Amino acid sequence: MTIAAPSVPETGTRPRGAALEFIRQQPLGAVSLVIIVIMMFAGIFSPLVAPYDPLNIDFASILGAPSWEHWCGTDAYGRDICSRLIYGSRTALVIGFTSSFVGSSMGAVLGIASAYFGGKIDDWIQRFVDVLLAFPLIVLALVVVAAFRRFVVGGVDVNLILAIAIPIIPRVARVVRAAALSVRVMPYVDAARAAGYSHTRIIFRHMAPNVVAPYLIMLTAFIAQAILAEASLSFLGLGVTEPTAAWGLMLSGNAADFYREAPWMILFPGAMISLAVFAFNLFGDSLRDFLDPRFKV
Amino acid sequence: MTTTTRRTALKQIGGAFALGMGGLHWDMAKSHAQAAKRGGTLTFAISAETPHYDPHASDTFATLHFASPFYSTLLRFNLPKFPEVEGDLAQSWTVAPDLMTYTFKLHPNVKFADGTVLTSADIKATYDRLRNPPQGVVSTRKATFADIGTIETPDPLTVVFKMKALNASMLEHFASPWNVIYSAKDLAENPAAPRTKINGTGPFLFVEHVKGSHVAGKKNDTYFKNGLPYLDGWKGVFTLQAAAMLNAFQGGQVQAEFRGISPAERDRLVQTMGDKVRIEESSWTLNLLVCFNIEKKPFDDVRVRKALLMAIDRWGGSQGLSRISTLRSVGGVVRPGSPFATPEAELVKLPGFSKDIRKSREDAKKLLAEAGQSNLKFTLWNRNLAMPYTPAGVFLVDQWRQIGIEVEHKQSDTAPYLATMNAGNHDVAIDFSNLFMDDTSLGLAKYLSLSRAPENRSRSNDPELDKLYDDHLRERDVEKRKVMIRAFEKRLFDQAYQQPLLWWHRIIPTHKVVMGWKMSPSHNLGQDLGEVWLNS
Repeated sequence: MTIAAPSVPETGTRPRGAALEFIRQQPLGAVSLVIIVIMMFAGIFSPLVAPYDPLNIDFASILGAPSWEHWCGTDAYGRDICSRLIYGSRTALVIGFTSSFVGSSMGAVLGIASAYFGGKIDDWIQRFVDVLLAFPLIVLALVVVAAFRRFVVGGVDVNLILAIAIPIIPRVARVVRAAALSVRVMPYVDAARAAGYSHTRIIFRHMAPNVVAPYLIMLTAFIAQAILAEASLSFLGLGVTEPTAAWGLMLSGNAADFYREAPWMILFPGAMISLAVFAFNLFGDSLRDFLDPRFKV
Repeated sequence: MTTTTRRTALKQIGGAFALGMGGLHWDMAKSHAQAAKRGGTLTFAISAETPHYDPHASDTFATLHFASPFYSTLLRFNLPKFPEVEGDLAQSWTVAPDLMTYTFKLHPNVKFADGTVLTSADIKATYDRLRNPPQGVVSTRKATFADIGTIETPDPLTVVFKMKALNASMLEHFASPWNVIYSAKDLAENPAAPRTKINGTGPFLFVEHVKGSHVAGKKNDTYFKNGLPYLDGWKGVFTLQAAAMLNAFQGGQVQAEFRGISPAERDRLVQTMGDKVRIEESSWTLNLLVCFNIEKKPFDDVRVRKALLMAIDRWGGSQGLSRISTLRSVGGVVRPGSPFATPEAELVKLPGFSKDIRKSREDAKKLLAEAGQSNLKFTLWNRNLAMPYTPAGVFLVDQWRQIGIEVEHKQSDTAPYLATMNAGNHDVAIDFSNLFMDDTSLGLAKYLSLSRAPENRSRSNDPELDKLYDDHLRERDVEKRKVMIRAFEKRLFDQAYQQPLLWWHRIIPTHKVVMGWKMSPSHNLGQDLGEVWLNS
């Protein structure tokens, strides 16, 4: 008698195969990924890619129109806009990635803990989440950035990152909690409890890996939101300060004064913000569609 | 040999001001010929919010544009004849020939907002607070009034100031817009009361201050000047963002901005509003200062301070920055173009003013190397007013990068900006010297030792500078005075405690319906709004 080996569910193909499958199924997502990769490349290798020093003032070139010398023109200080956009991608990505990662991770932990403990703890956490969700992301970010003093570590504004990360927490917590509620009733979680494992171990070792798909989707989706929030806060004068190259900041200040004479001062940074938000949003959507089995039916 | 008298010098200053007003649109003058209309509420923009209500303790326009309409001063400047003075609370006055006694007769029946009648005791209490502030009270102009010996009040409407030392500019100081008169009763109850309470004798009564939004005043029906004010009330809207202010101005939500806008903002308003906007221009008794906190290392080393000043290309900077900001003229401690100003030929010999910027920067690098600070990093503390603080900050960061220095540029709201500098928590700051006249007894006071001048944010104590200042105050011969001013300037720049970056150019937009407001080279003057009216 032969006993048939239990069928093992197909958990996925090899990475290369998965990448090809993603490109086949989600061509727009793949294009977005290419844009993201180019931005990351530009951000990481800014000093090599940028044609000029983004902080270098050149009063002889004030408000220069786009030309072979300055592809995107120059701003009110004669600084090369193209170079500032390239360096600006660094600011956008560092703050976007970090804020989204911090906010999504904290939200995921909160969501899983809420689902796992249930009862009063779940109630309290969810009411707290309700309060935070009542505020639009940018409003809550404004409150946080105004409430705390600016704190810069290694050139990165921690306050700004927290200001953007905090509004992300409840949004991710709510989604992850929903996924974690279904995981909580799985037999292996009961088994882990029965085996006497600690709450921390059950949450991080047994539950967290099973909600990683919604977590990743939220993470990528909120990078776009975080980039937009950073640009908005900088535009409002609450984010990074001059002369740092940042897309939102490039839209405010002198750009507001000179947009009639030099429309390229707002055109290119605006286009970059739109492109980045579009790319991350589209990639997030595509990733969700790709990972969610329901969309494969 | 001819000796120029001080009065002649003042006339020269007036002449220089008149020349500086070359861009003025004279329809304002025509407005005075029209009969003033009564009623209406003037709404104007204030581009910063005051940290408190006490002009004695302030040197920012944010306080003065907020508080001036509620208060009176002893004398004031006659703006069409600037820098001549005229009476405000003083109905008349006499000055002894030796300039050691000043006697003022006050207007009768002047009432404070709380209904009490103003007497000479209120003047005495106010000036006592200015020259000798009690514990816990800041008087920014303490040094200016240190020469007053006694203040006598022979009757309720007479006040006599007897000087212990000659101060040739004392009469102009009595016209300072900062020396608003407080109630002696209020000061006796709490000397710090004016920081949070407004009780003045001005043309308007305080209505409300909504933080982050606006301040409002209503007509004072018991104002002592007959027929004034014309307006029923006014509202100062805090518009911290220049773009928001411009939009509000274009949309008619605000009818004036009395501090000043940039050339680009002017062009935009003229382009979009055409003949509905009035633009007036003047040189400005205001500069931005590069200010080192000498209590902090490595700025206690004169070589480091000097090197940082020598790296700044002011001449090139003025060319570029004047196109995009209110910064314009290169000058020393006295407004360029005014009679006491240092001529360019002498200025370029002083540290930080060389036209050979390459050599100057090479020398700066050597000085830094000598001081062991070739890889210096520090924070530049700045105010978050777009105009012209941000362009100045961007410019300085760029200039210092060119000698290998890494600078973090931090900008903050007016209140924390001032509090940080006043507490000495900054490394290097962009400070400002906000003057209401060109007279050096005022302009140089900011650079005196910290013990005498609380607004000295370099926190230096230099007896040599103090002596030069005191000597120049006593000197009535203008040529000798000039020599002393040059010596003061040289000492200040050699020690490099602080130094003007650039002087400003004032551009004021008002809706054409706003009448009776008078342009001056200082945004501190003429802000009580008593004679302003609306032609609508």
